[in-house]
Amino acid sequence: MIELDDVGYSYGGGELLSNVSVKLAPGSFHFLTGPSGAGKTTLLKLCYGALTPTSGAVRAFDADMRGFDRDQMAMLRRRIGVVHQDCRFLDHLPLADNIALPLIVSGRDMAQESANLRELMTWVGLTERADARPPELSGGERQRAALARAVILSPDVVLADEPTGNVDWEMSMRLLTLLVELNKMGKTVLIASHDLALIRAAKSQVQARVLRIANRRLQLAGADL
Amino acid sequence: MSGGTLRNVLFGDAQADRVVPPSGFTARLTLFASGAMAFLAVFALALSLASGRLADRWASELARSATLRITAPEDQVAAQTAAALTILRQTPGVDRARALSAGEQAALLAPWFGPGLDLAALPVPQLIEVTEDEQGYDAAGLRLRLSAEVPGAVLDDHTRWRKPLVEAANSLRRLGWISILLIGGAMAAMISLAANAALAANAQVIEVLRLVGARDSYIAGAFVRRFTLRALIGSAVGIALGLGGVLLLPAASDEGGFLTGLGFRGLGWLWPLLIPLLGASVAFAATWAAARRRLTELS
Repeated sequence: MIELDDVGYSYGGGELLSNVSVKLAPGSFHFLTGPSGAGKTTLLKLCYGALTPTSGAVRAFDADMRGFDRDQMAMLRRRIGVVHQDCRFLDHLPLADNIALPLIVSGRDMAQESANLRELMTWVGLTERADARPPELSGGERQRAALARAVILSPDVVLADEPTGNVDWEMSMRLLTLLVELNKMGKTVLIASHDLALIRAAKSQVQARVLRIANRRLQLAGADL
Repeated sequence: MSGGTLRNVLFGDAQADRVVPPSGFTARLTLFASGAMAFLAVFALALSLASGRLADRWASELARSATLRITAPEDQVAAQTAAALTILRQTPGVDRARALSAGEQAALLAPWFGPGLDLAALPVPQLIEVTEDEQGYDAAGLRLRLSAEVPGAVLDDHTRWRKPLVEAANSLRRLGWISILLIGGAMAAMISLAANAALAANAQVIEVLRLVGARDSYIAGAFVRRFTLRALIGSAVGIALGLGGVLLLPAASDEGGFLTGLGFRGLGWLWPLLIPLLGASVAFAATWAAARRRLTELS
């Protein structure tokens, strides 16, 4: 589904990632861990084409992303839902429109999609907050909204960058449950997180593979995880 | 730009237009710039059309007329005038020849000497108005014959002063069109600046839209539609004010000369209606170019 083949990435003269190879198979659940600044966000960005590798190749849905033009990249991003750590909403739009943004930009008929949107907002528990503006939301509400926006187009892959970084443990568990539910629906999930307690908690709910970035390289985490 | 892309950019949908936040000063700048430019364009157009009319009129009216001046001792004026008229009537290419009456000559001098002028007290030459037919006459041949038979006659076919007048009017017409081009260029520059400012201010919005799968044509279209609509509205207000100003100009009159003939005439009143469409087209092209450039930079 998404495959990194001997990928390296350098930035500002320094090498951040080196010889990274990984394959995210359909329906798999991966955690990506490592210390802050190790390159977790960079690796996620390489997966959805926000960054271009300085060496190696990234393939998405059997196509080499090096040959993608900007329109093809836009199409790719409709198949990969991304949850950013800082959520990135449009503050001038109400929450419901922010969640529906992928539908809007892909030209879907919003009248036909309204039931889908309502169902999704119920799933993440934000029905009552549909008209709120993003700055009025709590950290947990923002993360759930970001997750809803990431999956509204029913993408094949969901990438989440520290989705529990700004929320308490209870909310972390709630978000984790939502991501596990998505995986059980057949979605491929990759979560970048430095929260080892979360990863341990997840392993009791889903068969997850844990990858760790250390010294610019990607490796399978040990039995401690 | 493909047909489909152009259609998307021009028409889009209401949802698409909402994703770009309203931008205060760029909206006002675009409205004001397009309004002011359309206002100026109306006057440049009026000047150009009036100059064109004037050049055409001078060229056609003066081209077919000439003046024969008889300067002779008082007792020979009548005889030489009669002789000149006879020659003119016999000359091929002359349609009409007529000696001006004393009253008509006095009227010609009235702007300088005032009304009630007694021509008998002044050594004023007798003037003969000559109108040529379609074929025209041989001016050089006529001059030779007149010099032999009417020694006091001088033929003035107006060429000497008609040419610079027509050239001046044509220059004014060109100046008007150049002004319109410059106004369009200035408008494009100002709208480009406003669009660039709006795009720069919305860099984060653009990033979010790209992350959720928006194509560049979709993002550019949202900005292009907004600026094109503003330019259309601004230009429409500008031409309404400009046409009001033209209507308030004094009506054309012989006494006022060129300065009172600056308005539009007949179907000429329809020309300014093209200005908002041109303004919107300029805004469309300027914003599209700015958006494409900015989106490439942000890649």
